[in-house]
Amino acid sequence: MASSAAATASGEPPVLPSLLLIRRLDPAFAAALRQRFRVFDFFASGDPLPAFLAAAAAAAAAPDPPRAAVIMGGGSVRVDAAFLDAIPSLRCVVGTGAGVDHVDLDECARRGVLVANSGTVYSADVADHAVGLLIDVLRRVSAAERFVRRGLWPVQGDYPLGTKLGGKRVGIIGLGNIGSLIAKRLEAFGCVIYYNSRKLKESVSYKYFPNVHDLAAESDVLVVACALNKETRHVINKDVLRALGKDGIVINIGRGANIDEAELIRALKDGRIAGAGLDVYENEPKVPAELLTMENVVLTPHIAVFTSESISDLRDHTISNLEAFFSGKPLLTPVLP
Amino acid sequence: MESLGVLLLHPMDAYLEQELARRCRLLRFCWDAPPDRRDAFLRAHAGSVRAVVTGGVAGAGAALIDALPRLEIVACFSVGFDRVDLARCRERGVRVTNTPGVLTDDVADLAVGLAIAVLRRIPQADGYVRAGQWKAKGDFTLTTRFSGKRVGIIGLGRIGLAIARRVEAFGCPVSYYQRTKRDYPNYTFFPTVVELAATSDVLVVACSLNEQSRRIVSREVIDALGPGGVLVNIGRGGHVDEPELVAALAEGRLGGAGLDVFEDEPEVPEALVALDNVVLAPHMGSGTRETRRAMADVVLGNLEAHVSGKPLLTPVV
Repeated sequence: MASSAAATASGEPPVLPSLLLIRRLDPAFAAALRQRFRVFDFFASGDPLPAFLAAAAAAAAAPDPPRAAVIMGGGSVRVDAAFLDAIPSLRCVVGTGAGVDHVDLDECARRGVLVANSGTVYSADVADHAVGLLIDVLRRVSAAERFVRRGLWPVQGDYPLGTKLGGKRVGIIGLGNIGSLIAKRLEAFGCVIYYNSRKLKESVSYKYFPNVHDLAAESDVLVVACALNKETRHVINKDVLRALGKDGIVINIGRGANIDEAELIRALKDGRIAGAGLDVYENEPKVPAELLTMENVVLTPHIAVFTSESISDLRDHTISNLEAFFSGKPLLTPVLP
Repeated sequence: MESLGVLLLHPMDAYLEQELARRCRLLRFCWDAPPDRRDAFLRAHAGSVRAVVTGGVAGAGAALIDALPRLEIVACFSVGFDRVDLARCRERGVRVTNTPGVLTDDVADLAVGLAIAVLRRIPQADGYVRAGQWKAKGDFTLTTRFSGKRVGIIGLGRIGLAIARRVEAFGCPVSYYQRTKRDYPNYTFFPTVVELAATSDVLVVACSLNEQSRRIVSREVIDALGPGGVLVNIGRGGHVDEPELVAALAEGRLGGAGLDVFEDEPEVPEALVALDNVVLAPHMGSGTRETRRAMADVVLGNLEAHVSGKPLLTPVV
């Protein structure tokens, strides 16, 4: 347990280390944190962020100001100079996603504030979902399911044929944790793996393409498995879609903004690509109406990470990072600038 | 084989039909006609039919075989031949062929696709989005991880092995049941299906249908698989006690099912359609353009071999 939680000499109950919490948690996660830490819960407080930080800094001044924070990404809270000024006791920020683009890593490094992410707790689930989406699109699983449920099988006979997964050239954009797991899975189905990444990876034997256009030109399927940043915004655009061609499939388990959504929809409507499996969209939870009636797309509501196992793995992993920090050990999954 | 009179029992594939018409003397059976018209048709053409091309569900029963005195070969456009009366064929000296191998990958792909679809609720999630629920009601439910789940395979033949290789890439430990234990260093053998089910999270039916395997997924097996378990059937509807399966799913005694086959296709029990812990597919395990083309070529190849007195490509009898 955290070393600063030792009972005092007078036998008073141990003082739990203070922790800032800027994330909504399920009950099990919240309880696990409260068992180990004195939690300052932003969303429960209802206060605006500056007031919340000031209150936490003041109230916790004795005996233990908050040295660690659990902060979600994707929201409006940014861990930047202003944030760090408001809570000067902070020495560790633990993000609950793989991406920490809500954290100014350089500013944290300057101040000696350690940063951790969620490591690979979600990676298998996202990879599984990507594979599930691809099989669904190629083999029409969801569409055929609708056909059966509407009672059309006895009436219309067999459902139209899909296309074989084996031998398909799959171009993965971003060969990080998730991209690598997708590659390993699809190889077992006989797919040929190509990839694009910022740099060629010496440790893999897949064919590398230095740009996404060329990757698309030689692929049957494009899988977006990269983070969202300036370089990857609309990485799948009109030019890439044209290179992919009319038999091409797009799978997106990255971020909606990795794809020029309007162009994708136009390409699907015009038959300039064959289909898509999407878990993310540019303006969630809004999904463009044109997609909702297409038979050659599979649409899921940003669920790639959300399994009960990943939720409990995330809880265990976050607590492990916090306990490592509070006992002076190295973080399990540190992120450097 | 221009003089070979071939009876195509029902429409099954445009390319196959076109090639049969081009290369043989093709007769199309009046599949949908009432029984007396069908019998009349068979009587009228009995003299010229030397080959029957049929599908897995239609098969070729004793009555049909008996109605065709010049029948020499039944070529199945399927790997399953449980509905072909093999005994009658043997008695009559009629050869039987099927289409193994060419469809192995597609069926294995669908088996894994169904398992992921059930555990991750992909069709339900897709329906949620299409119905506007994401905007209206918010986030979808949590689902269950597929990677690392214990996969039990009934029948480690071509298709079973192909499934095993795929799920291994997801870190799934593989166990199996079949009549004879083999030496697979990475796969655990269980001597009964109940024991296999008791130690599996996903149970896959991948064996052929015969007297021993009929209703091999019994109530006992379903109970052993349990409320956390998922059944995937890419074999035959006849492998499963369907009423028991439906009751178990409805009552939550079985966690979920991915089904490509049913006892009475194309009829699917209403009670299954009403459930949302199942994924239902219209017998499309081999349903890709590439594989159906390859299957058709096997059928045609078998007929050619028969006519030219060469060894059949894929004989069953």
